[in-house]
Amino acid sequence: MTVTTVRNLRRVSQVVFFLIFVWLVLKTTFEVDFSPADVSEIALPYPVSIALQFDPLAALMTLLASGTLYKGLLWSLVILIPTIFLGRFFCGWICPLGSLNHWMSEFRSERSARRGKKKMDTNRYRPYQRIKYYVLFFCAGAAVMGSLQAGLLDPLPLLARSIGTAVLPAVHALSLSAVTAANDTGIGPLAWVAAAFYDVLNATLLSYRPANFHAIVGIAIVFVLILLLNRFITRFWCRALCPLGALLGVFSRFAIFGLQKDEVCCTECNRCLLACQGADNPDLGRRWRQSECHLCLNCQAACPEGSIRFRFFPSREETQTNPAGTPKVDVTRRKVVGSLLGGVAVVPLFRAGDAFEANRSAFLIRPPGSIPEEDFLGRCIRCGQCMRVCPNNALHPTLFEGGLEGLWTPMLIARIGYCEPTCTLCGQVCPTGAISELTLTRKVGDDDTPPNRIATAFVDRSRCLPWAMAMPCIVCEEWCPTSPKAIYLKEEIVFDREGNEVEVQRPHVDPALCTGCGACEYACPVHDRKAVYITSVGESRSETNQILLERDRV
Amino acid sequence: MERREFLRRTGPAVAVAAATGATGLLFHNRQTARRRTVISKITSFEIPVDPTLPGLSLARNPDPVRALNTALDAIGGITRFVHAGERVTLKPNVGWDRTPAQGANTHPALVAEMTRLCLDAGAIEVTVTDVSCNDPRRSFLRSGVREAAERAGARVILPVDSDYVDVRLGGALLTTWPVLKHFVETDRLINMPIVKQHSLSRCTIAMKNFFGILGGRRNQLHQDIDQSIVDLAAFVRPTLTVVDATRVLLRGGPQGGSLDDVSIEDTVMCATDQVAADARGAEFLGLQARQVGHIVLADRSGLGTMHYRAAGYSETT
Repeated sequence: MTVTTVRNLRRVSQVVFFLIFVWLVLKTTFEVDFSPADVSEIALPYPVSIALQFDPLAALMTLLASGTLYKGLLWSLVILIPTIFLGRFFCGWICPLGSLNHWMSEFRSERSARRGKKKMDTNRYRPYQRIKYYVLFFCAGAAVMGSLQAGLLDPLPLLARSIGTAVLPAVHALSLSAVTAANDTGIGPLAWVAAAFYDVLNATLLSYRPANFHAIVGIAIVFVLILLLNRFITRFWCRALCPLGALLGVFSRFAIFGLQKDEVCCTECNRCLLACQGADNPDLGRRWRQSECHLCLNCQAACPEGSIRFRFFPSREETQTNPAGTPKVDVTRRKVVGSLLGGVAVVPLFRAGDAFEANRSAFLIRPPGSIPEEDFLGRCIRCGQCMRVCPNNALHPTLFEGGLEGLWTPMLIARIGYCEPTCTLCGQVCPTGAISELTLTRKVGDDDTPPNRIATAFVDRSRCLPWAMAMPCIVCEEWCPTSPKAIYLKEEIVFDREGNEVEVQRPHVDPALCTGCGACEYACPVHDRKAVYITSVGESRSETNQILLERDRV
Repeated sequence: MERREFLRRTGPAVAVAAATGATGLLFHNRQTARRRTVISKITSFEIPVDPTLPGLSLARNPDPVRALNTALDAIGGITRFVHAGERVTLKPNVGWDRTPAQGANTHPALVAEMTRLCLDAGAIEVTVTDVSCNDPRRSFLRSGVREAAERAGARVILPVDSDYVDVRLGGALLTTWPVLKHFVETDRLINMPIVKQHSLSRCTIAMKNFFGILGGRRNQLHQDIDQSIVDLAAFVRPTLTVVDATRVLLRGGPQGGSLDDVSIEDTVMCATDQVAADARGAEFLGLQARQVGHIVLADRSGLGTMHYRAAGYSETT
């Protein structure tokens, strides 16, 4: 097999894995043409978070932070163990964000300013590439202290989050406004074409309902920045920042596969350097760096003299002008310890800011089945799969509701959507167990099991129609899904402005029955700031965030 | 500088300045509010009154399909209501993410049987849809209605935002509201409610079921629920009302959840008079029609009669 064939195989592999990843994100939704095999428990037909479970960084960091390797995360060994022998093949062949960066870097680059000598220059190994190792060890330090910060920069959750909560909703909104604009022109054929275009999108990319997500501006900016940086330096993200790349770089320390340069036939044309993705010094006269190489094989394919070869057990022989490659990572022990300690120190700092639970936002309502907040922050990789799969668009990335530490972790905003009582999809798709999987019985409860509670509802008597305005309503009671209803009505005779007697039914909440699903808040007609609302108190996952002395009465 | 060159060099600037000014003037104080296309209903779904037939028929049978057929035959049979070549829309109550046994949604077997009857009568298309309260995907799935109706040959629509049209309802309270287009753009409309308790309107049966044709913020309708129900019923006027009283939700309505709140009645009613259907249906909940505000108001407005026994009533058990 020639090297060009292998390189073509790599290209196919990149496209295939990218498409699989995107397809899985697209399938992380409750589709309309769902076949009801067992209607009592609705489950997705595919293991949509499987791609995230192949992520060695997520596996390592959740292991450090939580002490356990959750379910499918064992799959990550399928990536990690071959890396020990081969090096960072994942970055060059599989990583969907890496492929996206690859394509963004090469897209029309021959005509851009970055070519020739300048491109060669930027493709040499630079000290800035050490940053990713500092990021990695910083995240590891934080994880040891129980705070999983790696998810912010881990490429797989980052891409899932960006596509799921920013790109796809934006595409949906854009296509809707395009259809509306085409309709408003009043030109028949144009409207027809727009409608056909929308139908195609609807069948392929779009979810059943357009979704909105709180605080996605930051997510979108980070994603666009990562893509844009490729226009200046090839795969800048992968070279300089990616903690997963750094982890795989560290794990290629004992690789038996690598690049060998033949000094004799090399004419120093530097074509290898022009084609290099990882900036790992494939050219003569510099030490090739195993930990930076993506194994894309571009250099070997570009070499006209055949002086570059990837092979098992590459020679370690050095000459005066041609140092052998090194598997060592270019960071000093001192810097490793420094960044590790930085990560260790940042967690107490995060948590010293406010008394950890006492001053947490009352509106930080976690998805049903979430584990206690401290453990939750040690597991959530912020992939956004729960937000995407939620049929009611109830789950949203936080901004600072969970503190800076909890940026982009999921929270429920009942005003936008409530927690569907019989739905357990978010726990099904969570790849790390931050949201544990609930059975229907554990979600809604039965004679022996208390229901899973996420919050408690409160009536704002100064805004509620029967309480404040002598008007009938009861919508919250109508929507309350528990049996018997947690919201109950008391009939009262009140007086309107003219002094006439009006009989109204005033809502009250029974905290022993309320599960905090937020259906009442969602349905309340006082639209901007609801007259009935939920706060996190009473959530099943917390021992202390409680009102009642006697909890979990069945 | 020559005149010619002066003109050549100032010309473009003047042209752009003129265009800028003209654009400003053109758009100055322009009304840019989005046009709302409001449609008024033109089709009537009702069929002519036949004094020889009862306005309301009731049948009891543990098999809901046989109960439906018995009740329907007593009121003239399907051929009285659906004719060859017509498009029919069925409006079951699929409001909630509940299973059939919980009695919050219309029985799927009834929807399937009605679909089959309509198709046998020559209908070219039977559409089954509802504007659910809970997520429509879950509601149509767990209610069993989607599967049953599709198997019987119906087209099941789960509404999306673009499916609504603004309709002039012409009510005393409800003037213009977004209505799911499938309830307007059809030839025959068959209302298929279920009998449930409701804390504000006391019962939700036939007329109340039409809340489910509306989009928009319909939770505001509760502020004058009786008038809202009557406005809607006066607007819709279905071809036929088929009331599912096979299971009746006595408490915890309209979505229920506990089987303890469900009473098995094994009854199906067919009606051309929806007020009569509501009046009889309310009795399953231990209510007299005169205790229910919207039934009284509908009777008074001439929509039908709540004294159903006087106006033609048949009961088969």
